[in-house]
Amino acid sequence: MTSVRPFAAIFLFCFAAVPAMSHAAGADVAALRAELEQLKSDYNTRVSALESRIAQLESGQAAAPAAPAEASPAPAAAAAPPPMPFPTTPTAEPASGGGRGGASAFNPAISMILAGNYANLSRDPETYRIAGFIPNGGDVGPGERSFNLGESELTVASNVDPYFFANVTASVTADNEIEIEEAYFRTLALRDGFTVKGGRFFSGLGYLNEIHAHAWDFVDQPLVYQAFFGSQLTQDGLQVKWLAPTDTFIELGAEGGNGGAFPGTRRNRNGLNSTTLFTHVGGDVGDSTSWRMGASWLHDHADGRTYEDTDELGVPVENAFTGTSKTWGLDAILKWAPHGDSTHRQLKLQAEYLQRTEDGELAFDESGANLSGDYRSRQSGWYAQGVYLFQPRWRVGLRYDSMDSGTPHIGLVDSGTLPRSAFPALLSASPDRVTVMLDWSPSEFSRLRAQYAWDDARLDQGDRQFLLQYIYGIGAHGAHKF
Amino acid sequence: MTRLIRSALALLLLAATLPAHAALKVLATTPEWGALTNELGGDKVNVYIATSAFQDVHRIDAKPSLVARARSADLVVATGAELEIGWLPVLLQESGNGKIQPGNPGYFEAASQVKLLEVPSSVDRSMGDIHPLGNPHVHLDPHNVAAVAAGLTTRLAMLDSANAAYYQSRGADFQQRWRDAIARWESQAAPLKGVGIVVIHKDQVYLCHWLGLKELAAIEPKPGVPPSAGYLGELVTKLGAMPPRMILRNAYNDSKAADWLSERVHAPVVLLPYTVGGTPEAKDLFGLFDDTVKRLLGAMK
Repeated sequence: MTSVRPFAAIFLFCFAAVPAMSHAAGADVAALRAELEQLKSDYNTRVSALESRIAQLESGQAAAPAAPAEASPAPAAAAAPPPMPFPTTPTAEPASGGGRGGASAFNPAISMILAGNYANLSRDPETYRIAGFIPNGGDVGPGERSFNLGESELTVASNVDPYFFANVTASVTADNEIEIEEAYFRTLALRDGFTVKGGRFFSGLGYLNEIHAHAWDFVDQPLVYQAFFGSQLTQDGLQVKWLAPTDTFIELGAEGGNGGAFPGTRRNRNGLNSTTLFTHVGGDVGDSTSWRMGASWLHDHADGRTYEDTDELGVPVENAFTGTSKTWGLDAILKWAPHGDSTHRQLKLQAEYLQRTEDGELAFDESGANLSGDYRSRQSGWYAQGVYLFQPRWRVGLRYDSMDSGTPHIGLVDSGTLPRSAFPALLSASPDRVTVMLDWSPSEFSRLRAQYAWDDARLDQGDRQFLLQYIYGIGAHGAHKF
Repeated sequence: MTRLIRSALALLLLAATLPAHAALKVLATTPEWGALTNELGGDKVNVYIATSAFQDVHRIDAKPSLVARARSADLVVATGAELEIGWLPVLLQESGNGKIQPGNPGYFEAASQVKLLEVPSSVDRSMGDIHPLGNPHVHLDPHNVAAVAAGLTTRLAMLDSANAAYYQSRGADFQQRWRDAIARWESQAAPLKGVGIVVIHKDQVYLCHWLGLKELAAIEPKPGVPPSAGYLGELVTKLGAMPPRMILRNAYNDSKAADWLSERVHAPVVLLPYTVGGTPEAKDLFGLFDDTVKRLLGAMK
């Protein structure tokens, strides 16, 4: 499977190179010809525009034909029009929004999400573990008891110029820490279905991975996302997506990154340290149903990825994994609303399956005994959920999570060096969870939610979690993905 | 896996060598602009309409099928004025299509061709779902449709310069027929001047403005905010002093509140198509206004 990496690199390169090549092709003759054509068509257009204005004036219509673009200074559109041969011709619309002059005219769109909850947990959240899965230091578990301030998320976004768009989302945690959740640029001017994104961004793998926390249908992520990515997989790298020129939605994507996010680690090595490939297809069935399905593949490498555990006597130790980590997954979502009118009724069904294979070395008690042996695991998990909007602004939801840790092959155990109980975090388990929720959204900008979960993620007895949550959005009106 | 990559590459090369399509591909956000593009573009355009009369255009999912259409579009015809702000930006972003990004000739906004009504002097979300640039439901005044048609004709002629003369002649023909129709509607609708009505959402403003209908109240206390029982009670009291002749409802509106109010203020609920396809009679733009005027006059009897 290691032979795949060079191919993946070629894949990524080709993605990036094809539009560049097609744009460069025939640069001289074709460009001259195109310029001539452009000139010709512009004259035609100007003449016909004048004709239609004369006709309008002659007919003496009462309709106030808009003050066209020449009359008003170009509003503070997020996008400046690209250079045109005749800039005075009203060739293009400004993007809606902005609109005021002066120093603030080019201010980016700013929005802020406030969130928080009240949690009633039957078991001590300090002891929360997804049994059988290596702890990843991410957002795992229901959080703390009583009132909690959630992450406050600040997004600043704008078109940079006619060629690029930029977006920064920073989250401020209740512990006064600032994290850059996403900070990326994205191309605007590429054609033929290509989009390139770079910086830090949520990977396009799966369905839920790209969705920000405030748009989740439940307070928390499915167990499989928590266990496999510490909630969400972030890439520091480059993403290329290509959309097929078909009426059915077919998208191919590839990402290359530094591999710094779990399950990978930074490796002090040039080149691609993490590779993601994904594809999505989607479409409609009649005017009431739309769907999307996808498949994803992630290849990562970990160098000394540490986690905390206890040995067979209960003494804390730090273990480390070094090796390859490969994850693949399938995702599907279906939305139904009568005539596509999601204001009054909507049903949303979604499910995802993820499987991970890790192969390498596991070091036990690095700072103490420091024993090492080979390690292989195959683990999987899935969730399925349904959310039903039964009357305007009110939704109910049901989710089922299921995980299978498998029985990892641990060299140190098989050779008899250590007992299996020396690796409590890796004991076989099949955690599951059932979650129900009810939410009310007084407007597009506010949501109040109640959620109850029967969470059997720990090895021993289960946890009963009751959560009340608020989410508010202020500032610019965001647009949501499907 | 290598085979998968190879076939992906083959697909890419194939896509790069595909010939340009003959007809101009247009993605219209709403049925009225789709119908207008068809009127003006005839068989030189291939129009896909993103929404139907039974959907609230404020709340649309950025469905994969729409992203796919945006990817191949030569021109997007949108209403603008932030009507589609919850979903159109996603389509444009995901499309990988530089031609249709705002600021380019492939992006056309109807609202920027006309004068908007109800432009708020200040905005705050406590006022409900208001549009800072003005009320975007511009198409219910046929004079606005004429102005948009003029702008759209110019745009089509520019994008597809080989067929510029075709668009110009179709445009001129449409303007002529439209002027005649407006004259007919205006004379038919003369008795509607000054008639008091109640609306649900503020999406009939241009219709009222055009026909001189008097909007006495809106069932939504604030744009996008559903009425509470208390508010409806107040509305009944308020309307007792100045009874409306009718309550206007669009195809995509919920009928409950309107029916409730109708019983109490003794005014009929008039179902209006709102856009092309909203009623069986509103087959095209002419049918839309024929039927709207007919239904309004019907309620006067």
